[in-house]
Parts: sequence; structure tokens; C-alpha cells
Amino acid sequence: MAEVADSGPIESQARRVVYCGVCTLPPEYCEFGGTAKKCEEWLKANHEDLWSRLHSEDALNANLSELSVSVQERAAKDAAKKEAKAAQNEARDAERKAASKIQIKRVERNKRKYVTVIIGLEIFGLENKKLAKELGKKMATGSSVTRSPAGTEEITVQGDVSEDVKEWLLETYGSKVPEANIELIEDKKKKKAEGPAV
Amino acid sequence: MFKKDIPPTNRSKVKSSAARALRQKLLDTYPGFEPYIEEIMPKKASLEAVKLPERATLYTIDSNPLFFQRFDDPPVPHLRLIHAFPSALPTVQIDRGAIRFVLSGATLMAPGLTSPGGRLPDAEHALEAGQVVAVKAEGKEEVCLVGALKVGTEEIKSKGKGVVIDEGHYLGDGLWKLHLD
Repeated sequence: MAEVADSGPIESQARRVVYCGVCTLPPEYCEFGGTAKKCEEWLKANHEDLWSRLHSEDALNANLSELSVSVQERAAKDAAKKEAKAAQNEARDAERKAASKIQIKRVERNKRKYVTVIIGLEIFGLENKKLAKELGKKMATGSSVTRSPAGTEEITVQGDVSEDVKEWLLETYGSKVPEANIELIEDKKKKKAEGPAV
Repeated sequence: MFKKDIPPTNRSKVKSSAARALRQKLLDTYPGFEPYIEEIMPKKASLEAVKLPERATLYTIDSNPLFFQRFDDPPVPHLRLIHAFPSALPTVQIDRGAIRFVLSGATLMAPGLTSPGGRLPDAEHALEAGQVVAVKAEGKEEVCLVGALKVGTEEIKSKGKGVVIDEGHYLGDGLWKLHLD
């Protein structure tokens, strides 16, 4: 994602542009991305030469001298606001991630038959639709994205595969999903009153 | 135009005959791509179409975005493609003060182009309204916005105010952030 790989079989004429790993913009626009500090750190770690060019004293002074003072102030204020907002968003996101759980439910469908319902994947940056397909392939059963009565999306996998799902999730997406946030639930009885109330 | 993030959507292969037509259309609209077309759209590669909001379609090859098109409007190259081949499109330049507005999705207004930091082509190379242009920024190398002009460049110079590009594709918008893999 950091670079455009535009190398064809013929001699490539494309310019290769470096993109920031934090905000995905070309590094010279990082200052407008809202995460300027992090971007700068990333650039320093990954592309030292670019960093020294963009963040040298001369470059910074050149940037500032062309604007009138009031406009400069306004821009700085704006940037600070944006940065604060981005930081806040990130903090909130992290908090939400820590607080929320992926529920893997075993739901009784018929006396001895079960389906496994997985809820809450999207908070961890996983795509329901894609995952459903992968799960179906992995478990060799039917697997689909369904809408729960509450209006949220969930994955329904046929068969009792809760343990396997957990294992598979940790194995393939372990970096995104901490184990402590996965919860196994067994729904023994099918509650009839559950329908509209939820 | 793509202020909101774009949800992941289905993609489909484009028929090779349709792909040929698109390729021709791209060349007709942007003769600047002519020398590179084999690299951008090799004959053998299979073109894929990704549906975007507002009935636009994005065309990609191997998860590399190429250009998008709304109805039968002229196709507009994706910024990544422009970054790779910056000489293919006519360029204008905005001043430094306008960058932050453009990158937050505001419409591009004439003063950003007519002020000392901005640059417009001279009268001989004047651009018509409707022409798709790449917009660079003062002191930057890369293009930050691409879109169709609302008014011709000569008119911008004479009037000096008003909207210039109102629906463009800018750095950091939904289309830029769209994941293709």
C-alpha cells in the first residue's frame, strides 16, 4: 500500500511515488492529513532521504514565509484542531475495541443440530462478507452474512463449529483480534420470546 | 464527489470488447497517455469494474485503480495513475493557502488559482470548461486534485472568482482510501 507497483513487462516509464504509511498521502501532503507527527516519524524511519528533504529548516521556512501572518495562524489552528480530532478518534476507537467482544454463539436449531453465530467482527476491522466466505470454505459448511433482528450484521455458520472458529480466527487474524476479546456462548434453548424484543 | 468512505463492493470483469472501447475512449480524452497505454492497460490484462456511489464506476487492473467514470462522462484518471504519469494531463496550480481546503473536500474556487502562488496556462494553451485537469499545489510536486473544469481558464483569469472545480477526486477522499484487494 505504500508504493504503486506499476512495473509492466515492458520498460516501465511510470514514476514510483512513495506514499506515507500512516495517512496514505504523498509525504509532502502529510501536514494536511491530521496525523502530521506520526507521519513524520514514519517517514524518518522508512525514507530517511525524503524526510531530510521535507523537514529541513529551509523547507519549513519556505513554507511559512509565503503566507501572511493571520492566514498562517488560522491554518495552524485548523491543523491543530484536526490533529486533536484524529487523536481523539483513535483513542475512542482503541477504547471501543478493548471494550467490545466478539461473540461466538452456538444456537440450537433442531434437537441435535446447531448453527454458530458470530457477532461483532466489524469493530475489529474485519469484513463480514469476506470472512463468511472464508469460513464456509474452511469449515466445509454453509456460511452466510445475516441480519439480526436488531439490524446488525452477523455471520451464521452451519454446524457446531464454535471452537474451530475461535481457533481459526486467532490463527489467521490473531494480530487484529486479541484472544481475551473472544467469547464463546452456548444458547441451549431457543427462546421464543426473543424475536421483537431484542 | 467521494467525500464519504466507500464501502467495499462487488467487482466484475469487463468484457474484452468493452475494455477495448474504454481504452480507446481514454486515449481520445487524454492523448497524453498515448505513449504509456501499453503499460497502463496491457492488452492481455483483464480489466475489472468496481461500482462506486453516484452511479460511477472505477476500473482497475490487478487491484491497481486506473480511472473512474460516471455515466458516459469522460473517464477521470485516479490520482495514483496521475502520480505515476504526471505529464498526461493539463495541469493548473493552486496557492498554498488553498491546499487545506481542497484536501478537506471543498470546491476549488478561482482565487486559489489566480493569486501569486497559483498558475494557469497562458492564453494560447487555454483550457475549455469541461476539460479534466490535474491540480498541483504551490511548493509540492504531486497532484492533489483532479476534476473537470466548470469554467474555462480564460474566464477564470478575467473574473477571478467563483467555483472552478466542484466535483473532484482529491487526496484522502473516499476513493483514495478505497481498499482494493
